[in-house]
Amino acid sequence: MFPPERFPKLLVGLGELSDDAAVYKITDDTALIATLDFFTPIVDDPYQFGAIAATNALSDIYAMGGEVALALNISCLSECLPPEIIGEILRGGADKVIEAGGVLVGGHSVDDKEPKYGLVALGFVHPDRILTKAGARPGDVLVLTKPLGVGIITTALKGDQTKPEHVEAAIESMLKLNKTATELLQAGEVHACTDISGFALLGHLSEVAQKSGVQLRLQLDKLPFVSGSKEYADMWLFPAGTENNHQAFSKRVHCPAGVAEEVERLLYTPETSGGLLAAIPPERLPELEASFKAAHEPLWVIGEVLGKAGDQLIELSR
Amino acid sequence: MAQSVDARGLSCPQPVILTRKMLQETGGSEVAVLVDTMTQVHNCTRAAEKLGWQASYEEQDDIFELTLRKS
Repeated sequence: MFPPERFPKLLVGLGELSDDAAVYKITDDTALIATLDFFTPIVDDPYQFGAIAATNALSDIYAMGGEVALALNISCLSECLPPEIIGEILRGGADKVIEAGGVLVGGHSVDDKEPKYGLVALGFVHPDRILTKAGARPGDVLVLTKPLGVGIITTALKGDQTKPEHVEAAIESMLKLNKTATELLQAGEVHACTDISGFALLGHLSEVAQKSGVQLRLQLDKLPFVSGSKEYADMWLFPAGTENNHQAFSKRVHCPAGVAEEVERLLYTPETSGGLLAAIPPERLPELEASFKAAHEPLWVIGEVLGKAGDQLIELSR
Repeated sequence: MAQSVDARGLSCPQPVILTRKMLQETGGSEVAVLVDTMTQVHNCTRAAEKLGWQASYEEQDDIFELTLRKS
């Protein structure tokens, strides 16, 4: 509907150009990043819910390689909710925007029985430094900046099946901004970047593979998981989204025989406020590992980029 | 008579949670579970197998009835 030849300032948008967020060129050295995200409560504490929803919404700015400038609240909260609960949700969101170095300037509220909260988030990036899903090259190394598995823990939490220490670890992970991670990645060459959220690890990786025209290999034994997530997978507490993602993406993913089905399913389970996944040239790895370590930021090497994509986009390797 | 779980109208993972609860609490050796979708059949089957039960199912009028037996 908005082809690039008619809208040359739209650097990242719809269709072929779609990515984690829209990017619109303002001048030769400034582009605007725009995104929004909101969802229903995934944890019991209203302050933490607001803060997680904000962290998740801001993540798309970081996935595009940008910095956060401005945010607006989207709140669909029942007027019957106690005002202090509403206040806590909004305070959680505002604190995260402040931590991100941005400003939060109002927003819009509607009365809704099922609470929802999130942000419209705007950021800036140099047009030459935009990180998209479409640049991974054969030989690149795939790195991940947060562990996997928070999605099945929040699902199990909704069903009152969790142990407190598992929930605590998942919340800590979801509350972590991808700000430092994107800054450290942007210190050098990055070929492709995305963040891991609703389409799960294998869905988002499939998009990277497809848009980059390459095949990816994942080392299953290198994948980091939040403590407890495999336990809930073993109890088979998968949300409906797991099956949706499996149906959408599994045809082009090769999973070797002998991999437990619940482990495979975990990789299709939607995540919330997940880490950044980047394809970097292998010679950059020592510098990147050192800089992440110095900043006390986690970084896992989880796979590599193979050759050109065929029918198969992702190969899971044991 | 076999004990039963009616998980119709519920979304994942609720059918699995109710099924697991029943299997862990029942003194019997057969449990029937009603669900709406094949995905729920699959998930309840796997969850039951993890607890040492075997599953089979029948479909009638868009409702799936699982029969779980202690193996």
